Formats: sequence, structure tokens, C-alpha cells
Amino acid sequence: MSCFLTNSSLGKKLVMSVTGCFLVLFILFHMSMNITLLFSPEAYNMVCEFLGANWYALVGTVILVAGIAIHFIYALMLTVDNYRARGKQRYAVTVKEKGVEWASKNMLLLGWIIIGGLALHLIHFWSKMQLVEIMGSHYFTPEIDGTATVINPANGALLVAYTFSKWYNVLIYILWLAALWFHLTHGVWSMFQSVGWANDTWYPRLKCIAKIVATLVLLGFAVVLILMYLNSGDIIAQMSHWVPEA
Amino acid sequence: MAFKLDSKIPAGELAQKWSNHKAAIKVVSPANKRKLDIIVIGTGLGGASAAASLGELGYNVKIFCIQDSPRRAHSIAAQGGINAAKNYQNDNDSVYRLFYDTIKGGDYRAREANVYRLAEVSNLIIDQCVAQGVPFAREYGGLLANRSFGGAQVSRTFYARGQTGQQLLLGAYAALNKEIAAGSVKSYPRHEMLDIVIEDGEARGIIARNLVTGEIERHGAHAVVIASGGYGNVFFLSTNAMASNGSAAFQCYRKGAGFANPCFTQIHPTCIPVHGTQQSKLTLMSESLRNDGRIWVPKKKEDVEKLRKGTIKPSDIKEEDRDYYLERRYPAFGNLVPRDVASRAAKERCDAGFGVNETGLAVFLDFKTAIERLGKDVIKQRYGNLFDMYEEITDTNPYEQPMQIFPAVHYTMGGIWVDYNLMTTIPGLYAIGEANFSDHGANRLGASALMQGLADGYFVLPYTIGDYLSHKIQAPKVKTDTPAFDEAEKAVKEKIAKLFAIKGKQSVDDIHKRLGHIMWENVGMARTKESLERAIKEIQALRKEFWADVKVVGTADSFNVELEKALRLADFLELGELMARDALMREESCGGHFRSEHQTEEGEAKRDDENFVYAAVWEYKGMDNEPELTKEPLNFEFVHPAQRNYKD
Amino acid sequence: MNFTLKIWRQKDAKSHGAFETYKVSDISPDTSFLEMMDILNNNLIHEGKEPVAFDHDCREGICGMCSLHINGHAHGPEQAVTTCQIYMRKFRDGQTIVIEPWRSAAFPVIKDLVVDRGAYDKILQAGGFVSVRTNSVPDGNAIPIPKKDADESMDAAACVGCGACAATCKNGSAMLFVAARVSSLAKLPQGRVEGARRAKAMVAKMDELGFGNCTNTGACQAECPKSISIAHIARLNREFLSAKFED
Repeated sequence: MSCFLTNSSLGKKLVMSVTGCFLVLFILFHMSMNITLLFSPEAYNMVCEFLGANWYALVGTVILVAGIAIHFIYALMLTVDNYRARGKQRYAVTVKEKGVEWASKNMLLLGWIIIGGLALHLIHFWSKMQLVEIMGSHYFTPEIDGTATVINPANGALLVAYTFSKWYNVLIYILWLAALWFHLTHGVWSMFQSVGWANDTWYPRLKCIAKIVATLVLLGFAVVLILMYLNSGDIIAQMSHWVPEA
Repeated sequence: MAFKLDSKIPAGELAQKWSNHKAAIKVVSPANKRKLDIIVIGTGLGGASAAASLGELGYNVKIFCIQDSPRRAHSIAAQGGINAAKNYQNDNDSVYRLFYDTIKGGDYRAREANVYRLAEVSNLIIDQCVAQGVPFAREYGGLLANRSFGGAQVSRTFYARGQTGQQLLLGAYAALNKEIAAGSVKSYPRHEMLDIVIEDGEARGIIARNLVTGEIERHGAHAVVIASGGYGNVFFLSTNAMASNGSAAFQCYRKGAGFANPCFTQIHPTCIPVHGTQQSKLTLMSESLRNDGRIWVPKKKEDVEKLRKGTIKPSDIKEEDRDYYLERRYPAFGNLVPRDVASRAAKERCDAGFGVNETGLAVFLDFKTAIERLGKDVIKQRYGNLFDMYEEITDTNPYEQPMQIFPAVHYTMGGIWVDYNLMTTIPGLYAIGEANFSDHGANRLGASALMQGLADGYFVLPYTIGDYLSHKIQAPKVKTDTPAFDEAEKAVKEKIAKLFAIKGKQSVDDIHKRLGHIMWENVGMARTKESLERAIKEIQALRKEFWADVKVVGTADSFNVELEKALRLADFLELGELMARDALMREESCGGHFRSEHQTEEGEAKRDDENFVYAAVWEYKGMDNEPELTKEPLNFEFVHPAQRNYKD
Repeated sequence: MNFTLKIWRQKDAKSHGAFETYKVSDISPDTSFLEMMDILNNNLIHEGKEPVAFDHDCREGICGMCSLHINGHAHGPEQAVTTCQIYMRKFRDGQTIVIEPWRSAAFPVIKDLVVDRGAYDKILQAGGFVSVRTNSVPDGNAIPIPKKDADESMDAAACVGCGACAATCKNGSAMLFVAARVSSLAKLPQGRVEGARRAKAMVAKMDELGFGNCTNTGACQAECPKSISIAHIARLNREFLSAKFED
């Protein structure tokens, strides 16, 4: 059984589908976590604490990394295969066929954008939070507006507010989310198709569900970004001296 | 030297003949089957089903087709359905009734025993195809559905939407694939048989051209089966596929096989009329349309004039001003008369000046009454794909305006003469399906071509071929380095070289169109002594022109469609003459063969049962010599030929 | 009507090909696309040039022989028809029409616009059949089949094997073709018997022959001349995965 997941085209699709599904669930979880920030920065930090260098958070992180890596590596493998299958001689004229979504033909491009955004995102947050804890440190001293500031790695709210006080970060993240939106509009219904849970009656429904999920993700993350940008001053002031409860 | 024809029809009661015969003929043991090779030419219903069944039995089979895949054979284009005497509709159908309808539909010019066998195995075909996964139409109860077809008063036609031929062929092709996978059948797509090799008076193999590389190949076998279909393309414009041709059958004729009833050509009544001189193909609209469509022309000449000028639409003509001529002339069968009758009736109306388009060569097929009675949805469900196709081609919406139709060449009942075992006059050479002459007499009923192809391939040939091959069990593998093969290959190569050497001015199609014109005008729906004599002269002259002025571009050792077409046309130019000669000889009207001199006062075909109750079997005597006729008398022991009556 | 045609010409499988430009004039709008090609070819023959090789046969849209990638579309810009069913009235007078052969590694060019689609035969030989012998079968009505299932089977069985799906797919995947056969037989009790074996064997053969991987773009169903739905691909996926999980 192990082999059909690596050597059969349908097995590879199954892997894409399952890892994709896992990543969608992770994104939805991440989004709901972010939303707590809108209600209470303290609550958000509690979550950050909970997801620090604990064994369960670490296990989760490893699985997540594996999921992303497998999804991405398989995508690259499939693309190479598909490029070969297309043949050396390409069509001189190509068109977008009727009813075919742009996203469906550009999933790898969207994937690269998402990976790029992810790298930036890791630098912005993960490297300053969980990584710091993994390295065994309890404080982190970034330079905020030119002055070194001591921050607890669980003080996610401050980090978020600070990051999104910059308009360019908000803009980059929104572009990133837009790529994710396109990726999900195809990816979400596609994962049902790949495991065979689809038919002509359900295509419109699945595509609708995919758009709803994608839009929910987009709005869920974007609203936090925008509100952080608008309220960053208040939150930075409120959370600058936050320390975790013992 | 005339043929000594032995039809090998078994003695005994009609219903027992086939069982008795099967019991009497020899079989080949499994160990010996492995040593015997069979070549099958053509992958339509006949060829594919025969090759698959022979492969299953254990013979080594090689199958050849000119297309890129066996699945493309022209059987695939049959739309309407396949007949069987299942009596699932409880309308008192039976093997005898199917037999009777078929022999009557063929205007009493087919063998009783062959036709009865066809009706007898028809039921097995349906069972076989269902088991292969052919998605026949079904009723809500899950059982098989039927529709009616021309020439029958019962509903015995099984169908798969408008794609019955396709589905049956995919079934036979799947069976063939099963055997190809098992190694018992080897497939040679894009290969064309260019000659049959005869040694010691027996079929020993073929010379074939690989159509991709141009290579000339030799293939030996203990028996050769011709399943290459009909020769309707002699008319250039027909409902046949572009590459359908008579060449494989013609090579057999050239090498000494008798060719029977070449003039029996079926002109199908419901085709889309010709639109212009650049047309290369006629499109058939399924006969099933006649179930619900009504055929008419205006009663008044002034309406015809207005239609031609485009000042009125067909729907503007009042009910009482329409002449539903089939219902008028044939009250019992109405729009469901056999094809030859419907075609001639259309020609009669058009000749009388009632043709409804600019060319005067079209009649209406109207669904107005059916739409009113059943609703547009039902009609759409039944014929939607045909209606769409019609609109695509003609730019007219058949839900609103009646279709225009006109007869076109569709099927050739004539073909290589075979005995009851389907063997030709050359031992070891068999012909099945449309390529032979056996079952349809002078006219074929709708939904019977598929039946015959599969009957021959699945249920007849696999048994009867054993009778011959049982004598070959000691025979070694056929060697292909013998003088007979050398000679055949040399002749083929010379013929090809000769074609290239002509370097004339006319393309193959230019000449083919002219041949088609001669055939349609003189050897078409109505033939006379004068027209046939004219045709023979004109074809001879055209043939000379072909061999002096054809232009074949490209090379012999490459993929060269022009060369393929030239080789086929060379044979059509002889076959056309043979058809005209046969038609000239047959001084009667029967089925698809209508001699204007021989008609009743009402304009119906008038048979001459005194003088022409025989199959006319022709023997080749050289390109420019008259062929020799041998007659196989047809003995009607069980049915009595009567004037066909579709009136009451 | 007049047209400028840019047609791919290639001597044989080994040669390099290139586009050649031709002009055809005085074409009636009622002429079919392939009749227009016939006219071009007849002109070329009279000029002593080799005609353009292209596959075609029945010209009724059922044999699956015709191909051609016309202005970026398999079987031309019309929906749900094969190349042989397109009429010139659907083009603009004076239009330039680009005609290319199917492009897919599994469909090598034989000459000009003719490609080798033997790979599709090989996939069907791997399992696209029901293993019944001639004459050892029950009565046709022995097993009732719900009309809905028979209809669905027929929907899939309408596939003509033309190759447009793999030729259109940006991944060169033959999934729609394979799915059509697997699904058609899977919907019938007769085909159900060896359903698992069939799905595995045909998918393995498809992969082996160098077709690409399906990424669910749906381009195949958009260009399929028989409008076969990707729902059949879903069924193939289900058939295949359940077969694999039973191993």
C-alpha cells in the first residue's frame, strides 16, 4: 500500500488531498485563534503561551511542517511529471477553456506565493515566539522603532500589533491572503474530487463551499490585520508591559 | 469456367437446419487450434467479434484495420438499433416473424436458411452484448427497452440512445482487447490489405501496407476472413465513412472469389440533402426518426415555389395542403415502410416537382404532430442528439421547422459470395458482415446490419471455420517466402509504382467525384437499360482516364493518404462497372434495385420470379474483359415469394 | 468566405515541424471544417505539393478519428462537437485559423496533424472489458438494471476515444478517458464484478504510458466533444482508492 501513494497518479492525488485537507483545518484553527485577539489581547497571549515550547505544541508543529512539506514536495513532483507528459512541443495557441477557473491551472504559482508569504510570516512571528522558547530563552529583544525592547515570547498580541502598525506589512499580508483565497477556491472542492466524494449534483455545492471557506479565511485573517493596523497604538500601549501569569 | 456453386445449405426443416449443421460439422481440438493461424481483415462488428471469438477458442489471430484503432470501424456510426426476436414487448414476435420480415424486406432475394439462422441467433447477440456491458436503453423496471423500425409491425429493436452501433462495437472491441491482452490476437492498426495470396487454390495470407511507414508486409495464415464492410463509397457521396472502401473484397474477387449481386445497393431515405459541390460526405439521420416524424411535401405546386423562394416557411403550410405521401400510399406501415420503398417514394415526389428546397431534392420530416402529442421534452429525450446534429449542420431548428431529408447511398447488400459456412468460392477465404452478400437479399431492413455483423462474427463463423480448419491440423505454419507471396508482393509494388509514374493532372478526388456522379445518375435509385449501358461506357472511359491522368503526390514509403485513396479508387472504377453490369443483367425490380422498365401501375417494384430468383455471382476475367455470370438459384421451400405489400 | 490557415507541417515523427501559412477562398459558409481542408488539399495537389495529412473518417462525430487543435481549442471553438461537425459559418470571414496536432508526450506526431493514439488502445487492453466468453452468458433480462444506472453508464460510454481530453489537459492526463470506461462499466452489474481489478490495471497502464496527473482543472470536460463529466473521474478515484484499500 505504501507504494501506490508514491508511484500511482491517483495515490499522489490522495496525498495532496489529505495533506491539503489537514492544512485547511490548520488554517481555520489559526484563524479562530487570531480572532480572539479582537476580543482580548490577554486571551490571545494565553493561547500563545499554551502553544509555546510544550511537547504537544511541538508535536503539532512537527506534523504541520510535515504536512506543508509533503503537500509542497508532491506538488513539485506532480508538476515535473505533468510537464514531461505535456511533451516537448507546446501549443502555439492556448486558451482558457469554458468553465475552467484560472486558479485551477495556476495552483503551483499560488503555492509559491503562499510559501513566500509563509517564510515572511515565520520570520515575523514564529522566529520570535515559539523558536525563542525552543532555544530556551524567556525573553526576546527586538528593536521596536529603533529601541531594543524586552518582550516575552508569549506576548503575541504586542508583536502582532507592532507588525501590523506598518502599512506595508498589512498590504503584503493581504496579497498573501488573496493568493490563499484563490488556492483554496480550487483546493477545497478539489480535495473532495480527488477522493471521489463528488458528482454532478455536488459540484456546484462543493465549489460554493470552497468559496465560502476561502472567503471566510480571507475575511477572518484580514479583519484582524485591519483592526490591528487601526488600533495598533492602543494595543501596543496596553500590552507593552504584559507579563505572563506565573 | 463458371463457378460450381455449392451453397451447402443443410437439409431438413427450416428451424432445425442450423442445429443439424452445427452437429454435423467438424471441430478442432484445443491443442490443434493453437497451431492454426487466422487473418481477419477489418475490425467492425463482424471482424472484431469474429477475431475475439476465434481468439477465445485458441486460434492465433491477426487482425488488420486501416484506422488508427480497431474502435473506429464504420459499424460505430450505426445509430438506430439492432433487431432481435426476443418478444420482450409481448407483441407476438418470434424467430419466424423476424425471419419472415427480413426475407420479405429483402424482396425474396436471400437464402431462406441463412436468414433463418440470422433470426435464430439474434437473441444470443442481445444476451452477449448485455453481458459485455453494453448500456442498452432500459425501462424503469430495469428491463431492456425496444423501439420500432421500418419494415416491421413489432417493436424488436434494441438501442443505446442514438449510438447503438458505437456501443455494440465498443463491446466487440472490448472483447477483442481482452484477447489482445491475452496474446491470442495481434492487432495491426493503420494497415491495409492490398492483396490476397492464393496457393494451390487456397487462401494462404495477405499482402498488407503499413500505412505509417509505407512498408509492404507479408502475412501468412491457414484461413483469411474478410470483414471489410461495404463499397457504397463507389458513389463518392454516401453515408459511409471517408475511408470505407471495397478494395479488400475486390482483391478477393480479382483473385477468383465470386462477387454476388453487386447492384443491390441500399439508398437510405433519411439523410441530410446535398448542399453544394464541395461536399465530401452525406450525413444520415437515424431511421428511428420515422417512429415519430411524418414525411410530407406540399400538395400544391405554388406552395413548393414559395418554399423554394423562401417567401413562406414550411410551418405556414396548412394541414390540408400537405401530402403525407407515405401514409397515403402505404396505410398499414405508413412512415415505417422499408427503406427502399421510402426512398423511391421520395424520389417520385421530387421527380414530380414537389421537392422542397432550391435543388428540388428534399422532402420534409416533420415532428410537429409528435411534439403536440408527446411534448417537446419527450422528443428531446428521444432524439435530442440527432436534432442538435441537424441544427449544427443545417442551421435550422427542427423543433420549429421540419427537417429536410433526401435519400442517400447507405449500404451494399451485394458482396462476396459465400456458402452457408460463410466461405467464399476460394477455400480458406471467408467473408462476413456487409462484405458478404448473404442475408439481406435486395434490401436490408433497418437495425439488421448490426445483427448480421455480430451474428456472423460471434455465432456463425467461429463454428463453421472449424469445419475447414479441421483439415489443416497437419499443415505447417504458412511460409511467406513462396513464389505466390513473391508474385503478389511484386504486383502490389508495381501497381503502386505505376500510380506514381502517371504524374497526370487530376487529383484522386476529382476523378472519384466524377465516378460518383456517373453512378448516382445512372446506377442510383432508378436504373434503365440506357442509363446502365451509358454508365458502363462512361466508367470504362473514366478508368482509362484515371490510369493516364491521375496525379498521386508524395512517396510510396511514407504516410501517404493520396496513395491510399488512389489504390481504392482504382478498384472502385472496376467495381462500379461490375455494379452496372449486374443491374443491366437483372431485368426486374426488386428491393433496392429498381429498373424503371419494371414497375407496377402504382409505381411499385415489379419482381420477375420466373427468371430472376437467383443470386448473380460474377467471376473476374480481367480489368477490361466482361466478367462471367454464374447463377445460384434460390429455393423457397418455406415462404412463398409474393409482391411485397406494405399497404394493408 | 476567405480564410488564412496556419497549419503545422511535419514530415514524419523524427523530423522537426513548423507552421506553414495557406489561403483558401470562396468557401461556402455551409462547408464543414474538414471539407474546407479537403478543398485546401485538392488545391495543394494541383500545385504539385503534398496535401496536409489529418485524421478523419466517419464525419458524423462518432468514430473519434478526427482531432485537430483549432485556434487553441481541441475540436475547435464550438462546444460538444468533434472537428468534423464544425461548419465554416462559425468562423469570421477573413479570419486566421491556427491548426495544430494534438500535443501530448503520449501522442507522438506521425505526420502533419496526425498523431499516434495507440496509447488509448493499450489502456483499454489493460482492463477496459468484461471477461465474458462468447455464448456463455445469461439472458439479457436476467439482471434488471435501474434505468438511472444504465443511463449514467451510457453517459460515460459515449466517449469516442478521440484524445481531446489528454490533448487539452495542461498536465497531459488521460483521466477523463480512463474514467469514462471505468465508470461506464462500474455502473452496470456486469462490469461491477471485476471493477476493482479494472480500475487498478487501467490506472497503472495510464501512468506507465507517460500520461500526466489529473489536477481537477476540468478543461477536459469543457473540450470533450461528448461533454463527458468529470464526475466520472470522481467515480474512478473512488473505485481506485477503495480497490487499493482492500489490498
